[in-house]
Amino acid sequence: MIEVQNLTKQYGSFTAIRDVSFSVAPGDIVGFLGPNGAGKSTTMRILSCFMPASGGSARVAGYDVFRESMEVRRRIGYLPESVPLYSDMRVGPYLDFVAEVKGVPRSARKRRVAEVMDRCLIADVQSRLIRNLSKGYRQRVGLAQAIVSDPHVLILDEPTIGLDPRQIAEIRSLIKSLAGEHTVILSTHILPEVSMVCSGVVIINQGAIVAQGPIDRLVEEFFPTARVAVEIAGPRPAVLDGLRAIPGVVQVEDGGPDRDGPARLVVESARDRDVRGEIFQLAAQQKWNLLELRPVGMTLEEVFMRIVAGEESGAAPGEVAAGEAEVPA
Amino acid sequence: MRIWPIYKKELRLYFTSPVAWVILTIFLAIAGLFFYAIFGNFTRVSMQMAMNPMGGRDLNVTDAVLRPLFANLSVILLLVMPLVTMRLFAEERRSGTIELLLTYPVRDGAVLIGKYLAALTLYATMIAGTLAYPAIVLWVARASVEWGPLLTGYIGLLLMGGMFLAVGLFASSLTENQIVAAVVTFGILLIFWIIGWTAEFATGTLGTVLTHLSILEHNDTFAKGVLDTKDVIYYLNFTALALFLTLRSLESRRWNG
Repeated sequence: MIEVQNLTKQYGSFTAIRDVSFSVAPGDIVGFLGPNGAGKSTTMRILSCFMPASGGSARVAGYDVFRESMEVRRRIGYLPESVPLYSDMRVGPYLDFVAEVKGVPRSARKRRVAEVMDRCLIADVQSRLIRNLSKGYRQRVGLAQAIVSDPHVLILDEPTIGLDPRQIAEIRSLIKSLAGEHTVILSTHILPEVSMVCSGVVIINQGAIVAQGPIDRLVEEFFPTARVAVEIAGPRPAVLDGLRAIPGVVQVEDGGPDRDGPARLVVESARDRDVRGEIFQLAAQQKWNLLELRPVGMTLEEVFMRIVAGEESGAAPGEVAAGEAEVPA
Repeated sequence: MRIWPIYKKELRLYFTSPVAWVILTIFLAIAGLFFYAIFGNFTRVSMQMAMNPMGGRDLNVTDAVLRPLFANLSVILLLVMPLVTMRLFAEERRSGTIELLLTYPVRDGAVLIGKYLAALTLYATMIAGTLAYPAIVLWVARASVEWGPLLTGYIGLLLMGGMFLAVGLFASSLTENQIVAAVVTFGILLIFWIIGWTAEFATGTLGTVLTHLSILEHNDTFAKGVLDTKDVIYYLNFTALALFLTLRSLESRRWNG
């Protein structure tokens, strides 16, 4: 549904993105992840036909964003990061305007706008001026304008930024409910959001793609070991030695700063080996009190930190500074 | 071309914010003041001339009231029109709404024409308000009005205003600051207003060209009742050029992000 090939964008001498390639299958929700200034918004602006790329190509819904921009624009819903809305308009008329501009036929428009307002939970503010709405409502009005024409592809730039936790949950479930019939690409720097909402992820840093694929696969790729958190009350050196002696254990990390209390440890082992039974047996034999034994899921956060940290240590200092510079609109 | 929704939106924005109301009120108040002064003067002169059997021969409403009135209206428009158009692109750019507008399935040209027509509608409403003055001349003072010069006068006002709006739209597309847009519009218009004055010091072809470029040179003939193609084409050309430049400016803004 979205195919991006070797996309490059330069602002003068500054390269915002370089050789970005990825693709999104129909019906998928893909998270576009990266630190601030990594090139997320630039990529989305190109995909939404707001500005042309300096090089490479991008196709959305089968049409080239540059050569067949009108066809693409008919099929997308876009929500820019700043959620720009006409503050002097009321919510209802505003959505009606967007629906009309996007070519929703007159006969269906009223029903469609009402439907979208229900779906985004903004029906109660439909006659308020947009300037008087809270951030949460504005965000939802922005989302409503993106989906009002029932587009094939949704491009959402940080759709949950600035919302309270309950609103975030609402927006996420709304986005999740769009999967299947719509293809969604959403950018964020909130990692749990991606694990909760998205089926795949594209990680971008300093204008280049550093990793992409389904979340599980990425986690496996970057963390080949399984980890277990253990808390054992016992003499620390003996505990460490005992654990390290268990076959399959790769590494034992001492996690607790508390030297005298029970040892809090993280045991890493080969992914296909479950060492919890053996840890229990060891503690039982030595008559140590086993206080906690818990598998630790590898989070996307850690994947992200590992990838981004790895990238940055390899980059020249000047490039890091450029990558962090905000791109002027 | 989806001009209609853009047009409706712009018109709605004019009238839901105080902009249109303030401009209408101030414009009509000042225009009314001018009409009052000019018409009052005309009545006084008429009375004096009535004493002199031959004196009133050359005195008529068209020359003594409408022509100076239209000339004065042009000057007010020079000051007011930049305020009508300054918001149109600058505000969209400042608030970022242009990013959404330019990703909707409408061509840049349709956006431009929609906005232009909305501004033109507001302008038409403004000068429609001034139709009260000939009506007053007609009914209250029972003076006769020559319909021809009145009609051409208003055609001239529309053409000139249309040009002012196009220039304003262009200036607004250059910046995200409304004040800058208004000042640039005013500057461009004022330069073309007085450019003919420099013609006095230029000779030959240059002088002719400079004279022809002057707005001042073209706006008086309409009030005299003359519909000269030279003047009509001047305004239409200027308008088309300004709109074309605006379209280019929108496109170049896209490329530069």
